[in-house]
Amino acid sequence: MGQSRDLHIFDDAAGRAYPREVTAPQTSPNSEAVRPRPQAATLEFRSATKRYPGQEDAAVDGLSLTVPAGEICVLVGPSGCGKTTAMRMVNRMIEITEGDILLDDRSVRDRAPAELRREIGYAIQQIGLFPHLTVAANVAVVPRLLGWDRDRIEARVRELLELVSLEEGTAERYPAQLSGGQRQRVGVARALAADPPLMLMDEPFGAIDPINRERLQNEFLRLQAEIRKTVVFVTHDIDEAIKMGDRIAVLRAGGRLAQYASPAELLMYPADEFVEDFVGADRALKRLALQRVRDIDLWSAATVRSGEPVDEARRKIAEADIDMPVLVDDHGRPQGWLSERGFAGERVRPELRSRAEPLVELDDVLRDALADLIESEVHYSPVVDSGGRLAGVLSLEVISQTLHVPPERARTGPQLVDPAPGEDDAVSAEVEPA
Amino acid sequence: MSALLPLAQLEIRSRRGGTCESEDGFCPDWIADNLDRYVSPLLEHVVLTVASVGIGFAIAFALALLAHRREWVSAPVGALTSVLFTIPSVAAFLLLVPLTGLGVLTAIIALVAYTQVFLFRNIVNGLSNVAEETKDAARGMGLTDRQVLWRVELPLAVPEILAGVRIATVTTVNLATLAFFAGAGGLGAQIYTDITFRSNVVVAGGLAILLAAAFDLMVLGGQRLATPWRRATAA
Ligand SMILES: Nc1ncnc2c1ncn2[C@@H]1O[C@H](COP(=O)(O)OP(=O)(O)O)[C@@H](O)[C@H]1O
Ligand SMILES: [Mg+2]
Repeated sequence: MGQSRDLHIFDDAAGRAYPREVTAPQTSPNSEAVRPRPQAATLEFRSATKRYPGQEDAAVDGLSLTVPAGEICVLVGPSGCGKTTAMRMVNRMIEITEGDILLDDRSVRDRAPAELRREIGYAIQQIGLFPHLTVAANVAVVPRLLGWDRDRIEARVRELLELVSLEEGTAERYPAQLSGGQRQRVGVARALAADPPLMLMDEPFGAIDPINRERLQNEFLRLQAEIRKTVVFVTHDIDEAIKMGDRIAVLRAGGRLAQYASPAELLMYPADEFVEDFVGADRALKRLALQRVRDIDLWSAATVRSGEPVDEARRKIAEADIDMPVLVDDHGRPQGWLSERGFAGERVRPELRSRAEPLVELDDVLRDALADLIESEVHYSPVVDSGGRLAGVLSLEVISQTLHVPPERARTGPQLVDPAPGEDDAVSAEVEPA
Repeated sequence: MSALLPLAQLEIRSRRGGTCESEDGFCPDWIADNLDRYVSPLLEHVVLTVASVGIGFAIAFALALLAHRREWVSAPVGALTSVLFTIPSVAAFLLLVPLTGLGVLTAIIALVAYTQVFLFRNIVNGLSNVAEETKDAARGMGLTDRQVLWRVELPLAVPEILAGVRIATVTTVNLATLAFFAGAGGLGAQIYTDITFRSNVVVAGGLAILLAAAFDLMVLGGQRLATPWRRATAA
């Protein structure tokens, strides 16, 4: 059950609902046995600081955060805020000035840089494929460095190209012969080659056109559901951060952590004005992309079959949240909204006011469901489960209730950083009169 | 000084009146009969060229790797190679003779010096033209500096390096025609044995041109074989 739900979530092109809960490693012993536990490392920044020589301000200032094994942590923030610097300190492409970074409780500073980097997948926006090597040879670089034998490398390359959806013939091509999207896929395959427990990705889809970017994002999420790596993903695009992240670290200029939270939490309880501005004025709408219809309380409606005694139907209507009955067929599939005229006799006649349109599914993302309602110019619509049976009714009112954040909970959500000084004042000013 | 110059005219032809040879003309019959005269000057020329370019490449390669590691080396070495190249070639051959004596060694020393301007520059440029993101990706994947150099930078610099080798080779074939000033023989010595005889000049000079073209094609062919990725364009 848990597994089929996983698959469904990642097949959907629209986005990803409550990724943390859904992708959290399954604890049932069953699924452990089916799928060998993938290799993933815990990553911890401990007051990691970088000062470039000759610069007064730190590029990254006392960054502390932990990325649990198997999760995607997105570093997001305006240009120049230190995202790349923070990421590159992990594989020692940039030396840490102060503080430390631990990979599975071991300081990266104790590791030889080249050896450390072979254990960490590395993908950058410019990709940096080797133009003189074929796709297969590009992917094989790290396995070769690690001294794998030829057969193993060959098998691994084939497996990876399939994993990133590149067709067979691509292996012997040179990078110059590929499209931008194909190159980016090769870049990801190359980073994954030696099955690293940690992946670093710096704006990997930044140079791709929007349509292909969306496709690559979805592909990567599907891939990640399978491989469950720990991933540090850098982007300046808050929408991408919300879509890709299990956790999001919002950085502000000078590489200071403004908030570290799940996407839903970030959108509901931004820690301060900076984060609020950064996530955008439409953060309520953005939250709709994080929830699915099945996650919210739907209205109930009476389901009535043709030929049913009218008395019984009226009793069901009285018990339902709304007084509009839905006519269903023998399998419980909604046919439309019943008209009052259907109740004229002893038994219900199939007289419809309107057809059951649009039909929303439980697995639809709320944003898409809302779009359906608006497009069809209706205030509510029936919701069906995967078998097509009526599961409830979704209305504009239900959606707007969902968006409402209880004010007493606002700003008291788990904060992982000290509030900014100005913020402190605001909070105490609110508290004192009470 | 003049004793050093092998400019004395030798008798390589009959001076009997009325013949093609005696009139300094272009004589196919004479050429056909005398081709074997040109074999050893041609071989000497090949040896001079291959040795000079080979040794020159080894020196330029070492200097370029040093300059690649230590940025400050590049400018002075580059300037020095340019200065060397501006020395008139005859002067270079003549000036070296008192130091190293007459012979092939002296000629090679001068020729090697002339190759540096092309080889050093092109190797340095080839290495530094490798895209930053390619090197960054290589380092980020865990290649050591040495591995980045040998597996990424040098292979990608091959087209530019071999372009330098081509110019150096053609220039060396050309300059080696003056190597007889250092007493090193070659096709130039053969030309000067009878510079007034058109058949001689055409054959010896023509061989020098053919030699340059042959070397050029060889290096070009080698470059094509070594860089299949350059011909791969968007399908
Ligand atoms: N190699 C460097 N030397 C000096 N300053 C740098 C260097 N790299 C980045 N910086 C500075 O550090 C800050 C953070 O840069 P970066 O980490 O690249 O930001 P981001 O990836 O968030 O755009 C910027 O102000 C940038 O100018
Ligand atoms: Mg950056």
